[in-house]
Amino acid sequence: MTVAVAGAGPKRRSPAQRIKQSWQKHWYAYAMAAPVVVVLGVLVGYPLVQGLYLTLTDANSLNSARTIGVNHIDATYKFIGLHNYADILWGPTAWDRFWSHFLWTIVWTAACVALHYCIGLGLALLLNQKLRGRTLYRMLLILPWAVPTFVTVFSWRIMLGDSGIVNSVLGGLHLPQPAWLEEPHFQQLAAIIVNTWCGVPFMMVSLLGGLQSISADLYEAAEMDGASPWQRFLNVTLPGLRSVSSTVVLLGIIWTFNQFAIIFLLFGNGAPDAQILVTWAYRLGFGQQPRDYAQSAAYGVLLLSILIVFTSFYRRWLARSEKASS
Amino acid sequence: MTTQTTLTTATTPAEQTPPPVRRPARTVRRDRPSRRATVLSHTALSIASLIALFPIAWLAFLSLGPDKSDYLHPGRIWSKVSFSNYSFVLEHTRFFTWLGNTALIAVATSVIGVFMAATAGYAVSRMRFPGHKKLMWLLLVTQMFPVAVLMVPMYVILADLGLIDTFGALILVYCSTAVPYCAWMLKGYFDTIPYEIDEAGRVDGLSPFGTFWRLILPLARPGLAVAGFYTCLTAWGEVAFASTFMLDDSKYTLAVGLSSFVSEHDAQWNYMAATAVLIAIPVSVIFYLVQKHLVTGLTAGGTKG
Repeated sequence: MTVAVAGAGPKRRSPAQRIKQSWQKHWYAYAMAAPVVVVLGVLVGYPLVQGLYLTLTDANSLNSARTIGVNHIDATYKFIGLHNYADILWGPTAWDRFWSHFLWTIVWTAACVALHYCIGLGLALLLNQKLRGRTLYRMLLILPWAVPTFVTVFSWRIMLGDSGIVNSVLGGLHLPQPAWLEEPHFQQLAAIIVNTWCGVPFMMVSLLGGLQSISADLYEAAEMDGASPWQRFLNVTLPGLRSVSSTVVLLGIIWTFNQFAIIFLLFGNGAPDAQILVTWAYRLGFGQQPRDYAQSAAYGVLLLSILIVFTSFYRRWLARSEKASS
Repeated sequence: MTTQTTLTTATTPAEQTPPPVRRPARTVRRDRPSRRATVLSHTALSIASLIALFPIAWLAFLSLGPDKSDYLHPGRIWSKVSFSNYSFVLEHTRFFTWLGNTALIAVATSVIGVFMAATAGYAVSRMRFPGHKKLMWLLLVTQMFPVAVLMVPMYVILADLGLIDTFGALILVYCSTAVPYCAWMLKGYFDTIPYEIDEAGRVDGLSPFGTFWRLILPLARPGLAVAGFYTCLTAWGEVAFASTFMLDDSKYTLAVGLSSFVSEHDAQWNYMAATAVLIAIPVSVIFYLVQKHLVTGLTAGGTKG
């Protein structure tokens, strides 16, 4: 493979020259990476640090610094150590507030990503055939991705509402007509359906890209060896998609875990059972009076830690399975 | 077979570029599916397309009902189809202001964001500087931020910088969410461009930045198109930040303006539906323009960590 990359000039040079050259190279690299780092540092890093500090206090909207008219009131919250975390994780109502939502968030993420991936892969396989009109199909299928989420979620709200089209159709077929937006379990189901609908196009396009980069020779060779379509799928397609899949699944998990817009727009502040941790945290920080900034921030930190731990394991697992297979 | 191929190509919009990588492979034998398989594929794809299309089409249909409770009785809309919702939205709301704002923000975010993502992605792809692995990790970690929770501190920072209620605030915020993903994606894309090109550029006396600007960027156009499209979409459809940071209704984006039709007390679903359709149209047009790049862009790039 091309490892003699990036002018990592293997020719012999004097140390001084090498240092100078590497400094020059790195100088450019840092300059090119700097804008991203600065913006992320200011807008993500700094809030994170501030948020971290907030989690150690009892800040809420009653004791934070605020300005009412011309009067400026200074913050009066105080440092309370790790009390917020303790309260969230094993306080008196920890199950109702944290763990039940945590469980639902896991179910939600697993269900959504599995559906995204399977449906996306199925459609990508179909689109990857020589088929009349596949460009048209592709465009139609990507459409849910192109239309802004808030638009489609509003549309789903109308469709799933009491006398919406979904229930009319179900009624026409003499099937039960659940109250999608009112009953807890159906709320959860509705959230998963809508999110699946929104997320499939991304998976489909990514996997289609992956499929098209698999060399046709491999299929031919497999066919020569008398492999059935199913065997070709297992032994050529899936391994060929490995790198694509691992990335999109990871991103899918991260995004779904933190999916805010769909649940927020579908249910607003109602539906306590369908709230995932992110929307729950938002509700603590914005959707109630007094606003509980400290706990909301603590949820944020917890969420981030969960994801970081998960991702580290995931990547280690990937690296190991890659080594095992090669 | 030949006729089929020509047909498929014909439907692709004006393909001046030579058909991308996708075409050559898929040799004949494997791809002559049986009649039954073809029918099944078509059925499955049609059903899927229908499901994909339906919510949007339904909204478009509801937008033709002139009264605000028409969505409850869609059957009655047939007899009184009118475009009055559209004319109301266009004439009596600040639709065009909002459209302009949104377009400005989306375009600025795309240009700035993609440029930042491209330089960072290129640096990570080509230069083995100390800390490049950490930078990738950092970019991934920023994807994990529950942004909803960072809103308060972000608000405070932007207020300190005097940026609340300005477009700059939204552009910055959107960049900070879209850039990491784009940088990841573009890094993958740059990895597929042969290193020999960089070396040739260096031999001809270009600086690393010159190589990037003159040689690599033009080659990476499909990847950039995808990144830009993604950024544009993100900015176009975002609600939470836009509604928190934009206070004056002359600064609203379409998303915020749209939500203002549906308040707790008075839900004007008919205007909402019409506006939604009007919002979806420009995106779909952009979408149509870049879609041929989408797959190629993601093919090479999107996806290799």
